[in-house]
Amino acid sequence: MKTFEYARPSSLDEAIELLGEDWGQTEVLAGGTDLVTAMKQRITTPDRVVSLQDIEELRGVSEEDGALRIGAMTPIGPFMRDSRVREHFPALSTAMEGMAAPQVYSRATIGGNLCQRPRCWYFRLGYGLLAQDNGRVMTEDGENRYHAIFGNDGAARFVHPSGLAPGFIALNAEIHLLGPDGARSMAMEDFFRIPSADGERETALAPNEVVTHVTVPLNGKRNATYEVRDRGSLNWPLTAAAVAFSLNNGVAEDVRIVLGHVAPTPWDAPEAAEALEGAAPDEETAIACGNAAVEGATPLSRNGYKTQLVRTSVKRAILAAAQQA
Amino acid sequence: MPEAAAWPPQDERSVLGKKIPRLDGPDKVTGRAKYAFDINRPDMLYAKVLGAKHAAATVTEFDPSEAEAMEGVEAIWVQPDIDGKTIHYSGQVLAAVAAVTEEIAEEALHRIHVAYELRDPVTDDTTPEHGGNVDEDVRGSIEDVEQAFEDADVVSSGHYGCATITHCCLEPHGHVAEFRDGDLHIWASTQNVSRYGQGLTDTAELPQDRIHVICEHMGGGFGSKLGDDIWGRAAVHLAKVTGKPVKLLLDRDLEQQIAGSRPSSHADVEIALNNDGEILAWRSHDWGSGGQGGYNRPHLPYTLSNLSPAVMRTQRVATNRGSARAWRAPLHPNGCLITMAALEDAAAAIGMDALEFFLNHVVDLTNNAEAYREELPIAAEMISYQDKAHLRGDETPGPVKRGLGIALHQWGGMGHNSNADVTIHPDGSVEVACGTQDLGTGSRTVLAIVVGETLGLPVDRVHPKIGRNAYPISGASGGSTTIGGISAASRLAAVAARDALFERVAPELGVEPGELEARDGRVQEQGNPENGMSWEEACGVLGVDSLTERGECVPPQAAQAGLISAGAAGCQIADVSVDVETGVVKLNEFVCVQDCGLIVSMETARSQVFGGMIMGVSYALYEEAIYDPVNGVMLNPDLEFYRLASMAEVGDLKVHMMTGPRYDERGVIGLGEPPVIGPGAAISNAIANACGVRVGMMPMTPDRVIQALAEGGKLA
Amino acid sequence: MANDEAKRPGVEGLSRRTFLKSVGAGSVGAGLLPRGGESGAAQAAEAPAVVGPGETSITLSINGETREVSVEPRVTLLDALRNRLDLTGSKKVCDEGTCGACTVLYDGEPAYACSILAMEAEGHEITTVEGLGTPDELSAVQECFVKHDALQCGFCTPGFVVACTAYLRENPEPTPEEAQRGLGGNYCRCGTYAGMREAVLDAARILRGGE
Repeated sequence: MKTFEYARPSSLDEAIELLGEDWGQTEVLAGGTDLVTAMKQRITTPDRVVSLQDIEELRGVSEEDGALRIGAMTPIGPFMRDSRVREHFPALSTAMEGMAAPQVYSRATIGGNLCQRPRCWYFRLGYGLLAQDNGRVMTEDGENRYHAIFGNDGAARFVHPSGLAPGFIALNAEIHLLGPDGARSMAMEDFFRIPSADGERETALAPNEVVTHVTVPLNGKRNATYEVRDRGSLNWPLTAAAVAFSLNNGVAEDVRIVLGHVAPTPWDAPEAAEALEGAAPDEETAIACGNAAVEGATPLSRNGYKTQLVRTSVKRAILAAAQQA
Repeated sequence: MPEAAAWPPQDERSVLGKKIPRLDGPDKVTGRAKYAFDINRPDMLYAKVLGAKHAAATVTEFDPSEAEAMEGVEAIWVQPDIDGKTIHYSGQVLAAVAAVTEEIAEEALHRIHVAYELRDPVTDDTTPEHGGNVDEDVRGSIEDVEQAFEDADVVSSGHYGCATITHCCLEPHGHVAEFRDGDLHIWASTQNVSRYGQGLTDTAELPQDRIHVICEHMGGGFGSKLGDDIWGRAAVHLAKVTGKPVKLLLDRDLEQQIAGSRPSSHADVEIALNNDGEILAWRSHDWGSGGQGGYNRPHLPYTLSNLSPAVMRTQRVATNRGSARAWRAPLHPNGCLITMAALEDAAAAIGMDALEFFLNHVVDLTNNAEAYREELPIAAEMISYQDKAHLRGDETPGPVKRGLGIALHQWGGMGHNSNADVTIHPDGSVEVACGTQDLGTGSRTVLAIVVGETLGLPVDRVHPKIGRNAYPISGASGGSTTIGGISAASRLAAVAARDALFERVAPELGVEPGELEARDGRVQEQGNPENGMSWEEACGVLGVDSLTERGECVPPQAAQAGLISAGAAGCQIADVSVDVETGVVKLNEFVCVQDCGLIVSMETARSQVFGGMIMGVSYALYEEAIYDPVNGVMLNPDLEFYRLASMAEVGDLKVHMMTGPRYDERGVIGLGEPPVIGPGAAISNAIANACGVRVGMMPMTPDRVIQALAEGGKLA
Repeated sequence: MANDEAKRPGVEGLSRRTFLKSVGAGSVGAGLLPRGGESGAAQAAEAPAVVGPGETSITLSINGETREVSVEPRVTLLDALRNRLDLTGSKKVCDEGTCGACTVLYDGEPAYACSILAMEAEGHEITTVEGLGTPDELSAVQECFVKHDALQCGFCTPGFVVACTAYLRENPEPTPEEAQRGLGGNYCRCGTYAGMREAVLDAARILRGGE
């Protein structure tokens, strides 16, 4: 790691004051499960690291105005074990359970899960977010088996690693940020963006902003996430699908389906949602939704298999939600 | 060699072959066991290695001045002839920095300026396009082979292969080097304690007798830690020029790139057979890559030494990858996969049950027919083969298909040359010293069991001393040779020491030395235990002088004496489920029936077999060194995408050891390699049996399973 | 003094609110006091300290003992333990939060010491494998690892022992399947999982008060 300063403020205002205006100057330290590694890999070489661990108001899960409020510094473990999360948002808790690493549950945070950097090996080896080597786009003819099959027409072909983001988006969650100009909120899907240049980041967060919390409306929608994992231990899913819908007289309404690990952002699949809207969530419809989800897929040279995995993810997520009591 | 050295009869053994807890277990589970990586010395410097960033290049500029000027950097070692140096693989060692902290040493690597002129690397080993000359091996004649293929009812063909994998030792390669009073002390992570110092004499500018190697514990080798390596010499150099101890253990990314790998293999195979299952001929073309060198043909057709006519053509593909090293049972897993998969495909081609095919048409073509014929039914029983078996393709509705797969394996495992000294002290304490090492095999435990058995003492009364080159020379731990070597050497030493003690004690008891026995902590007259004395009293007869006897294991003689032998055979059956909608493979059950002659330490022997099976599951389903197909750089030199199996993925494992008459009398046979050979083949066969198509390439990850299903028209 | 501090070599263009009085010379760590500590509330009211990039003395609570150690902010807890405190039971294997060999208890919960900055650990209770038992006085988990030969080369073993200890405290009655997922954050290369499964379940039984 390059040398850096360290600060451990006890209030949000102090934390924000300690942050720089440009990327590269400072980094916010939450659980450290990604940032510390990223600094070792020199993906980021900040001059100062600002730890949020002493800011108590960033922790905890509470009910507020018909929504569940989740502090950004809430570790994954207490979050996924929270009875309200388990009861109302299985799409979130099951996605985290699949990770299967107590050492991550204890340290990694909700905010960190949303802000973590991509796992793309070209990025991690220092070829940049856009994986360029002397003008060559490495994800084009290189090893892209884990890369994007959607949203990959630009230079960015990594997949967004967040396990929670698809569920949050499917559940119409909002994310809340605080910066020097005050607080702002946005729909979770608007938080993520596809970078078009190397210095950019994958989210709307400004360098001197902090994610404070996430709110998820308690609207009684059924929801589920299905991840294709070939391991029962700490590992990344190959693809994921989160679904949320209301069931009225056996018919699905207000459907939202969001895919994970298939694009540089969590990937909304409106065609799949439309195929379910107004239909009974049975096997036949679920298969049709899976097929609709991959209609626009544009696999790279080595990741065509992911379209099959997306089909299955969507189908199984729908059926899991349908079977909920 | 004294006849009395032969192993005692089974019914007379007190600790030999029993379940004895590993002696160094308590040190390991409490973190007290010190590995090379854990050695901290006063004023010690931390060294880091700079590896090349490119796979094929020439170094045009090398400037360490900025790093040298850093506060805390004490010395930099640079590869000789760095200017114009040819780079053959990413991670190739360029330099090493020693600094007062690990952080500064790491920082300094980034301040060394290196410029390269790039070349085009060879990266593709999936075709023989870049292969060298064809090496052809023919059994019978080419004409016979071709005739057999013409006459055959059926020709079964397939393409099989496995990716490059790494040794992935959890303790990386390296050592701590310290010059003290003119001598060099080395705490090394090595499989070869007795000879580790040999390669360091020039760098240290010392004769071998002044180089002291210490390896109390080591964190995995698997064939990759047999030498001192360029980075080892760099550490010695840095210690010498700074006058301070230097710790140099490779960082994980270099460990994965340069410290050892198993070559890839690819093969096109054809088998000629008749509809009744008779195998007529074999034809194969295989190629593979062990980096710049290191690919020899795996045994093909594996175990089928008596299959003729056959023709095997082999090519070596030199790629810009870190070099291969001996990987636990070198190339046997490759050969086993290619052969067993081709055989199972042949059985499927004629619609025959695989177990029936192996028993009736395969085992007779091997040199282990008797063993396999005994073992296969046991394995089948253990996994309820008859209840679960079906012909290729599970027809059960639903996405999860289940199947069984068989593999046969064999290994030599003759003990190596080894020496051991057994010392009996007048106070009754006993030590056994041997310049061997413990890779996890249980060397200390084995030595204590053998000596304890011989002297009639419990194992905790024997103090095993290993891991120093000051102790009697013992062989490198490679090829499953250690337990044979050290058990024979320590048996011979203990017998000699016991007999020397009997010489001294016999007059006290008024009997001839040959009439004495050491048993249950006593030295006594055979058949008349009242005429005896406690072990301590007997040792007290030695007066003031301890007694030391040397035992020497010279393999042919030790084999002749019945202490050791070679030739282990075993079989494995895997039961898997394949989710044909996701390509995810899950191991349900996995059984191994293993013969290894006389078992010295039942607990650690079983652990070895489980360990081999588990390592096999890992390479069958997850492990793969992945290289960029254009620039050749290794993309997963980490443990995140270089994936090892965890506890949740290895299924329900069962081991059956062939013990008792006919096995026991063969003496000790090494066990480290045999069980790691077959898992890839067994699991590949089980997947084919489950989902009805062959996933030819290993590891059998979801992408490959889905592709095979799509190509086979089996995708839902 | 504030001006002097602002001129310290550090980060240009970043505000540097420093901590003024009540701190002894050289002890910049007072802003890093334990949460909820007696003087913590008073100190927390002060402006935050910015320390580094050079070494700063910090106080860590490890295995029930208070240990002073001087570290740069970039030093990980793992490297502080191994290189500065000679607590080498926690192993460095992947050094990126995947393999579990560096697992310690962090306020009683399992954590990867390689992914925590040493300074972050100030104010928290750290337990390493050395704090769980000794060769002469093994903990139940350690005893069961030996009994079931749940180790070979032993390099991953301390991490597993710590992870298993933490897991069984939270999950005293695991099924075999639950137990292996509960240890999903640790890898072994020698393949000792068969013995480990037996060890975990046996230890669970003993810790529940079984024989």
